[in-house]
Amino acid sequence: MIVATELGLLYAVMALGVYLTFRILDFPDLTVDGSFTSGGATAAVLLVNNVNPFLATAAGFGVGCIAGVITGILHTKGHINGLLAGILTQIGLYSINLRIMGGANVPLLRTSTLMTPLREAKLLGTWSSAAIFGAVALAVLALIVWFLHTDLGLAMQATGENEVMARSFGISTDRQKILGLALSNGLVGLAGALVSQYQGFADISMGIGLIVAGLASVIIGQAIFGSRNILNAAVAVALGSVLYRLAIQVAMDVGLDPNDMKLMSALLVVLALVLPQWSVVRRISGLRAAYRGAGPQGALTADEYIDDVDDLEIAAKAKGE
Amino acid sequence: MLTLSKISQSFYRGTVNEKHALRKVSIEIAEGEFVTVIGSNGAGKSTLLNVVAGKLHPDSGTVTIEGHDVTRLSDHDRASMIGRVFQDPRAGTAPELTIEENLAIAYTRGKARGLRRGVTKHRRDLFASELATLEQGLESRLKTRVATLSGGQRQALSLLMATFSQPKILLLDEHTAALDPQRAALVVRLTRELVERHRPTTLMVTHNMEQALELGDRLIMMHDGEIVVDVSGERKARATVADLLSAFEEVRGAELSDRTLLG
Ligand SMILES: Nc1ncnc2c1ncn2[C@@H]1O[C@H](COP(=O)(O)OP(=O)(O)OP(=O)(O)O)[C@@H](O)[C@H]1O
Ligand SMILES: [Mg+2]
Repeated sequence: MIVATELGLLYAVMALGVYLTFRILDFPDLTVDGSFTSGGATAAVLLVNNVNPFLATAAGFGVGCIAGVITGILHTKGHINGLLAGILTQIGLYSINLRIMGGANVPLLRTSTLMTPLREAKLLGTWSSAAIFGAVALAVLALIVWFLHTDLGLAMQATGENEVMARSFGISTDRQKILGLALSNGLVGLAGALVSQYQGFADISMGIGLIVAGLASVIIGQAIFGSRNILNAAVAVALGSVLYRLAIQVAMDVGLDPNDMKLMSALLVVLALVLPQWSVVRRISGLRAAYRGAGPQGALTADEYIDDVDDLEIAAKAKGE
Repeated sequence: MLTLSKISQSFYRGTVNEKHALRKVSIEIAEGEFVTVIGSNGAGKSTLLNVVAGKLHPDSGTVTIEGHDVTRLSDHDRASMIGRVFQDPRAGTAPELTIEENLAIAYTRGKARGLRRGVTKHRRDLFASELATLEQGLESRLKTRVATLSGGQRQALSLLMATFSQPKILLLDEHTAALDPQRAALVVRLTRELVERHRPTTLMVTHNMEQALELGDRLIMMHDGEIVVDVSGERKARATVADLLSAFEEVRGAELSDRTLLG
C-alpha cells in the first residue's frame, strides 16, 4: 500500500508531463517511453561517476527536454504525423539509451543517490517518505499550474485548443508545440531519474509501455476527480497516478502475474476512454465525460478549419432551402 | 496603407483541376479606409483576405503594409499588424479558456509572451471596461469559459479581441453569416462602433448587399478572381442593391458572350 503510494507519487511527475501534451497540446506523445529511460539512464550513469545527486537528477530533466524537442521538430518542421514522430524518437532513443548506459542496465547499489539519506534513516516504505515524494509532486504540480497561467502558458493552451485563433494573435504554434513537448518530456525524464534512484537501478526496459500508465493516470484521474480548471485537472492527474499504482498493487495481491500488468493497464485505459461515452454509465456513476474541444474531433486545428466552414455553409444552405 | 499588387493565387497548379482564385489583383487601400467586399461563391474573396493575412502565400505579386513588403512573412509574424474575425464563431476564441484569458491572449498580440501572469488586476480592469462597451453583460462574467457563450456573444467577443489591441488592419470574412438575423444585426452594429473607435484599415466580406452598402467607405465586387467593381465616396453612398445586381449581371453577361464568341 505504502510502496504503491510512493511509486504513484513519483510517477505523478511523469503523468503531469503526459497531461501537458495529451490534454493541453492535444498531442498524444509516444516519446515518453524513450525519454523516461533516457532520464533514468543519464542520472544513473552520472551517479555512478560520483556526480552530485541533484545535478544528476536535473540532467535527467535536461535529456528529456532534448528528446521532446526532437519529436517537436520532426512534427512541426518535418511535417511528420504526431504519433509517428513520437514513435520515431522513441525507437531512436532505445539505441541511445543503450549507449548512455554502456549496456542494458546500471545498478546503483553502493552509489550515493537522492534516496540514500531516506534509506539510511529507514524512511523508505513509510508514510514519511510518501509525504516527501508527495511534496515533490506537489511542487511540480504548482509549477505547471503557475506556468499555464502566464502569458506563455496561455499561448500554449490556445495552441492546443484552437490553432486558427492562436496564430491570428501572433502565436507561433510550432514553437509552442516544441516548447510543450520539451517541458513534458523534461518532466518524464525527471521522473525516470527519480524512479531509477528509488528502485536502485536503471535498465533499458524501464520505460516500456509507460505512455499507457501516463494516459491511465490522466484519464482515470480526471474522470473521477474532474477537470473544471487547470488546478483541478492537474491535481486529478497526480491523484490518478496514485490510484493507478494502487490498482496494480491490488491486481498483484489477488494473484495476477506481473507479466499480465501491461495488458491490464491497456484494458484499464480502454475502459476509461469508452465507458464515459455510454450515457447509461454516465447517468449511474456520475462519471465525467472526457474533455472535448472546439472542433468535431476535439481541438480545432488549422487544417480542419476549412472543412468546418464548408460544413457550416452546407448546413446554412440546407436550412435556407 | 495596404497595397496589393498583381497578386495571383491558384490551387492545384499544373493539374486538370487547376483553379485561379486570384488573377493579378491590384488594389490600394488608404489608412483607415473601410472596404466592403462582395461577390458570388468562389469569386476569391476569402482567398484575398487569406493572402493579406499571410495564411496563403501568393504565386506572384506583393503585399505591402505601410511600406513594408510582408509578402513572405508567415501569418503569425504578421498578426501584430492584423486582426481577424472568422465566419465560424468558434474560430476566433479558445473555448476552454475563460473570457479574461482569451482577452489576455488578444492583449499580448504582437508582444513577446513571457512568464508574467496572463491576467493581472490591472489587465482585468481594462478587460472589464472594454467588455462593457459590448453591452452584453460579459464584463461580469470574466471567469466564464468561452465555450458556454452563445454564437453571437462569441462573435462579439472575437470582434473585441480582434480590435482592442489596435491592429493596423482588420479582416472580417462573413463574420455575421453564421448568426441569426437579430444577432447578426448586433454584430454589425458592434463592427461599426469598434471600427469607428479604432479606425483600422478594414476589409469586410459579406454576402448581404444591403450590409455592404450601409457599412464602409468603399465597396468592391469580385468575380472569378478579379475585382470587377470598385466604388467609393459619393458614388458608393448613392448606389443601391439594384445597381449592384445590374453590375453583376453585366459582368456575367460579358462572360457569357465571350463564351459564345469562342464557341
Ligand atoms: N484551400 C483551397 N484548396 C483548393 N481550392 C481552393 C482553396 N481555397 C479556395 N479554393 C478555390 O478558390 C476559389 C476561390 O475561393 P474563395 O474561398 O476565395 O471564394 P469566396 O469568394 O470566399 O467564396 P464564398 O463566398 O463561397 O466564401 C474557389 O473556386 C475555391 O474552390
Ligand atoms: Mg469565402
